[in-house]
Parts: sequence; structure tokens; C-alpha cells
Amino acid sequence: MDTLLLSRIQFGANISFHILFPTITIALGWVLLFFKLRFNATGDQKWMDAYLFWVKVFALSFAMGVVSGITMSFQFGTNWPGFMETVGNVAGPLLAYEVMTAFFLEAVFLGIMLFGASRVKRWVHTLATFLVAFGTTMSTFWIIVLNSWMHTPQGYELRDGVVFATDWWEIIFNPSMPYRFVHMLLASGLTVAFLIAGISALRLLWGDRAESVKSTLRFGVVTGALLIPLQILAGDLHGLNTLEHQPAKVAAMEGNWETGPNVPLLLFALPDEEARENRFEIGIPSGASLILKHKPEGVVPGLNDFVAEDGTVMHPRVAPVFFSFRVMVGTGIAMLLLSWGGLYLMRRYGAGEMPRLSLYAFSAMSFSGWIATLAGWYTTEIGRQPWLVQGVLTTKEAVADVPAGMVLGTLLGYLAIYAALIVAYIAVITYLARKASRGEPLGSRVHPASGEAEVAMLQPGE
Amino acid sequence: METFGDPAIWLPWTFAALMGLSILIYVILDGFDLGVGLLMPLANEEEKDRLVASIGPFWDANETWLVLAIGLLLVAFPPAHGIILTALYLPVFIMLVGLILRGVSFEFRAKAPASQKTRWNAAFFAGSLMASMSQGFMLGMYIMGLTWTLSHVAFALLTAVFLTVGYSFIGAAWLIGKTEGALQAHAVRWARGGIWGLILGVGAISLATPFVSARIFDKWFSLPEFLYLSPLPILSGALIVYLWWQIRQLPRSDDRMSWGPFAAAILLFALAFGGMAYSFYPYVVPEQITIYDAAAAPESLFIILIGTLFVLPAILGYTVLSYYIFRGKATELRYD
Repeated sequence: MDTLLLSRIQFGANISFHILFPTITIALGWVLLFFKLRFNATGDQKWMDAYLFWVKVFALSFAMGVVSGITMSFQFGTNWPGFMETVGNVAGPLLAYEVMTAFFLEAVFLGIMLFGASRVKRWVHTLATFLVAFGTTMSTFWIIVLNSWMHTPQGYELRDGVVFATDWWEIIFNPSMPYRFVHMLLASGLTVAFLIAGISALRLLWGDRAESVKSTLRFGVVTGALLIPLQILAGDLHGLNTLEHQPAKVAAMEGNWETGPNVPLLLFALPDEEARENRFEIGIPSGASLILKHKPEGVVPGLNDFVAEDGTVMHPRVAPVFFSFRVMVGTGIAMLLLSWGGLYLMRRYGAGEMPRLSLYAFSAMSFSGWIATLAGWYTTEIGRQPWLVQGVLTTKEAVADVPAGMVLGTLLGYLAIYAALIVAYIAVITYLARKASRGEPLGSRVHPASGEAEVAMLQPGE
Repeated sequence: METFGDPAIWLPWTFAALMGLSILIYVILDGFDLGVGLLMPLANEEEKDRLVASIGPFWDANETWLVLAIGLLLVAFPPAHGIILTALYLPVFIMLVGLILRGVSFEFRAKAPASQKTRWNAAFFAGSLMASMSQGFMLGMYIMGLTWTLSHVAFALLTAVFLTVGYSFIGAAWLIGKTEGALQAHAVRWARGGIWGLILGVGAISLATPFVSARIFDKWFSLPEFLYLSPLPILSGALIVYLWWQIRQLPRSDDRMSWGPFAAAILLFALAFGGMAYSFYPYVVPEQITIYDAAAAPESLFIILIGTLFVLPAILGYTVLSYYIFRGKATELRYD
């Protein structure tokens, strides 16, 4: 394998590992704020129990996100120097704003949020929780701005092959940004909803009847059921936006080789890159035309339009885009069915008495958000190839001249660590759930939530 | 933009200064928490928890300064970023693996089953060691002009050891201020054991740097510069003497001056850093590319600068707030 492919795999591995954790922390920060506010408002201990359990997951996820994020910031230089040399004038300020307005905010206030509850007033702690959640969301915003600009660049001019910014408003609010941002926030919300529902279901299966577990199960199922239709709508709009700006990507997603009307929606196929056709096609007639153009005779772009006269292929490899898109959509449909089914069962039997089979299903789907998110990112990122910045810079032009053996060595190193850490991460979350199910205390401090507790604390002789 | 003269001059200069400041803050802040990690094997089981507790609320934000420093290099001097990081490909990899191991061990050691705690403690130490050694190595390679020859690598290995011991010293100095009782007494002993790394490290870098290039030599050893610069080595020497003396007096029963060694170590790091900055200016890639040649477009730098002027004071402000909230001797870490 050559340096280019190895570097792509290495970057892909790093960013795949990284995105798992922000996907959890972005939404979980807000969820923790919600638990905290519920506790502040009601004084009900179950909300504090929920907070104390999930804040551990948050801390763990946050640490994983920070360390893998640091890796990302170095990879630009070690593996892709051409990226900053060419588009640094746009990417630089966006990354700088990300670090300054978001990274520091979340990192500093995280310390107060995690360990400061006994040292600051309650409102300061709630404020710190808010700032951490806000910081992670701001972080997402800037990164999505940069990523979207790489898909739909505008507001720049080229001078001697180097990008210079001309209009920052156009750069930040580039055409695909709003869609991608909403799509990612919803993805994070869904990932967390299913994680909370799944782990709560697991605890119920283990016989944990705590009020906080029922409440978090309810919270996860309801949030999932609310967000998934919104996500399907957002995804559809994002797809139409992609059709307008990156038709080659949509052609690969649909596995459509020839531009034309009445293009079927393929449920399955094996794209053959050599023969430039699909094998074993199973599809719904005119389905893709209907989805993308809202009429059966709608013309859908085909991949053959993106081959230059000299035979240079200017579209992505079809199979990875085609399949990861189907994995994402398939997971989304499973989420829709499960969360709505779960909602029905919950209304009928109550959160504590749901059929065991449904609890097993939720447990199995605990990390389904990860699968959908990764598949979605693979679709959009591989779908942009051979471009790194659409129409401006190809991936090949940006790669560093590092010996392939060196890249392979470090790649194997990263993969080994990441595999071990994912196993440890899931194992520890399961362990924490197991421990909580056994009724071991989540925290040692008595919370003066109600007057009663405060009086209790004042009793002498304790 | 033109108010201060040619923006192609003052913007790169400003950004080099900001980047230098970020690196210095990083080296001091993550220096002490990496140092605490390095001291882990010397502490007993109970002390280990207190060691981690002393840096728990801070390490995350401390590491962010590295992201800011590398980010500024990336955004302000894009070609230099590529050259430096591809030249240091392998040590960067080792540092990143170290930082990953260390960062996650923080969480895992407290949350994983108790039987696995030893393993995560080991990972915490190993990560701290990998990060410190590779940073020292990169420092040495940078001083030697980023070329991989046998003698340069040998020098870099030396700086790797010195910086690591130096970090363990500033870590011990932090613990002297942040702990009490038996652990504080241990920390004083660790500081006595680590001070030679600081002395040899500062000494080696100060001696080697002028001989790397005639340009740097002339910057230091021509008159009248030599006289203007003489406070730098004199002050450093005085600080070392102070440190040497102070850690033989500590710990005092009334805890007086327990922050003295940490403050002196910070000053020493800052002086050494200032000396290096003076040596290498105006180059960002030693003897190859100046900050003026490597700078990004003034328009882009200007838009970052505006944000920086608003944001950096805020960052400094809430960093101070965080250290204030968690002031005093380290206590057990808990979420409630």
C-alpha cells in the first residue's frame, strides 16, 4: 500500500475513534444539565442519582475525546501538510476559533463541573455544567463549519494556488453547513438517547428497580422517539443539498452509473467498479428519482458523468459510499421502529414493567448511534473523494512525503491502542452500570435537596 | 491594520509571541502534571490517589495549551507546521500515544474494577513518561535544526532525559505546595532527587544552543549584547541556588514557603524559554524559515488576532478562577 492510502486509513482511523466520544459528550452535556435542573427544581433524589451515574460516563467520554482530539490536531501537520499550506488561510482561523471559544471553555469548566460541586455554590455548579455543554456545542459548530467548507467551499479566491479568504460570512455560512450541523447535533442526541435507554434497560434486566433507572429509560425512549423523525427529515434535506453541490457523491450513494430518469432506489447491489455497473440489484422502481426529485421521471446524476476524457475518475469509489449509506439508513430505521415500539410498550406497561424482550432490544441498541454516525461520516467523507476540498485540493496533493513503512507502523500502533481503549470503555460503562445496579452508592455526600435533608444534616452525633 | 506599521511584520511577530507564550504556559502547566505522573511509581497506594487528585481538576485545561500552541503554529505559520511535524513524525506519534494513555488512565483508574487499578496506574506512568521523553527529544532535535544525524539524536536523547527529570522536579514542587504531612515530606525528597535534571537540562541547552550556529553564537557573545543578556544566566543561577537551599529547608511545620520551589521552577522555565526564544528569533524552523516567510496571509492572521484579543483574557481569567476554586491542599476527588 502507498503512503496516500495508508495516510487516509490512518486519518480515517483517528477521526473515527475521535468522533465516537464527542458524539456522546455533545448531547450528554445538555442531558446532564437537564438532570441537574430537574433536581434543582424538584429536589427529587432520583435526578441527582441519574446525574451522578451519567456524569461518570461523561467524564470518561470527555477524556477519550480530548486525547484523541489532540491527536487530530497533530495529524494535519504530520500527514497532510498540503492541507494547511493550501487552505490554511481559511482553515486556520476556523480551527483557532474552535480552540479559543470552545475547547478552553469546556476543558476549564469541566474541572469545576466534575469536582467542584462541594466547593462552589449550587448555581455556579449549574452554570459550569451549562458552559461545558455550550462549549462542546460551540466546538461542534466550528468544526462542522470547516468540514462543510471542505465540501462546499465559497467566499475565497485562489492566488498562486493558495486559498485566500474574501468573505468570512460566506465561508462560515457555506451552503452545506446548516444541514450538516443540524444533522450532527441530532445524531449526537440520538446516540445519547439510545445509550441512556440501552444502559437503563440493561440495569432493569439486572433487577435494578431504582426510580432513577426508570426515569432515564423513559427519558431515553421519549427523546429517541422524538428525534428520529426529525433526523430522517434533516437527513433528507441534507441529501438534497448534497445533490445540488456534490452530485458525484449522491450518484455513488445511489449506486447509479448512468444519468437518467426513473432511477430505482437500490436496497441491495454489488457495485462493480471495473465493469462500471451493479450486480445482484434489488431495487424499488423510480425510488431514487422520487426521493431526490420528488417525481418518478426526475433525472438523477450518474457516475459516468464524472470521468474525465482521459479516463481519470473524478468520483469516489462506489462500494464504500454505497454500503455505508445503507448502514446509516438501516440503523436509522431500526431506531425508528424500536423507539416508537418502545414508546407504545412504555405507555401500556409503564417504564418498570416493559416486556423483557424489548429491554433486550434496547440494550442491544445501546451503541447503535455510533454505528449510524460513523456510517454517515464515511458516506460524506469518502463521498467527497478524490477531493480533500471539493474542487480546490485533492487528497493526493495534500499528503505528506513520509515513508509508507513509517505510516504503516504508526497506523498499527494507533489501531492497537484504539481497539484496546474501545473495549475498555464499553467494559467500564457496563461495569459502572453493574455496580450501580447492585445498589452501591453513586456519591458519598448527602444532598440538602429538601428542608428535611438539611435538618437531617444538622443533627448532632453523626 | 496599518496603524502599527507593516502588518506583514508585526502580525507574524505577534503570533510568534502568542505561540511562544502558549508553549511556555503548556510546558509549565502540563510540565507539572506530567511530572506528577512520573512520580507515581515512587508513591504508595494511598498517595497515588492523592497525587492524581492534586491535578485532577486541571490537567484537561493544561493540555489544551498544547492544542493552542500547535494550533497557532498551524494557523499562523502553515509551511513551518508541516516541516516541523513531518521531521518529528515518530516522536510526535510517541508523544500522542503517551498523552492518550495518560488522559484515559485518569478516568479508568478511578472507574474500572479495583483489580485493574494497578494496570491503569502503570499506564498512567507509562503515558507520562512517553509524553515527557518525546517532548524532551523534540526539543533537542529542534535545537539541533531538525536533522536526523547520530550526534543530533544523541543530544536529543540527553535532553529527553533532562526534560523528563525536570518535569518530575516541577511535579514534586507542585506536590510540595499542594499536599501536607507524609506525602509532602516525600515530595520534598523527590524534589531533591530531581533537581539535577533541571540543572543539567538548563545547562545543556544553554551551552549547546550557541554552538549550533555562528549566528546564535554572535547573538549572545558579542558586545554589548553580552552585557544586556548577562542578567539571564545570573538570575537562572540564583534561582537554582535558591531552589537548592529551599528544598533542604522544607517541609516546615507551619507550611511557610511551600509554594516557593514551584514559583522558582516556573521562573526558571520561563528564563530558559526566553533565552531560547532570543536565540532562535526570527526563525521558526531553525536556520531555514523565518516567521516572516512562513506567516499566513495578513488578512487571515488579523481575523484570528481580533478574536484572540477578546478570548485570551477570558481564558486566562477562568483558568485563574479554576485554580482559585481548587486552591488549598488537594482533597479527594468526588463528583458530588
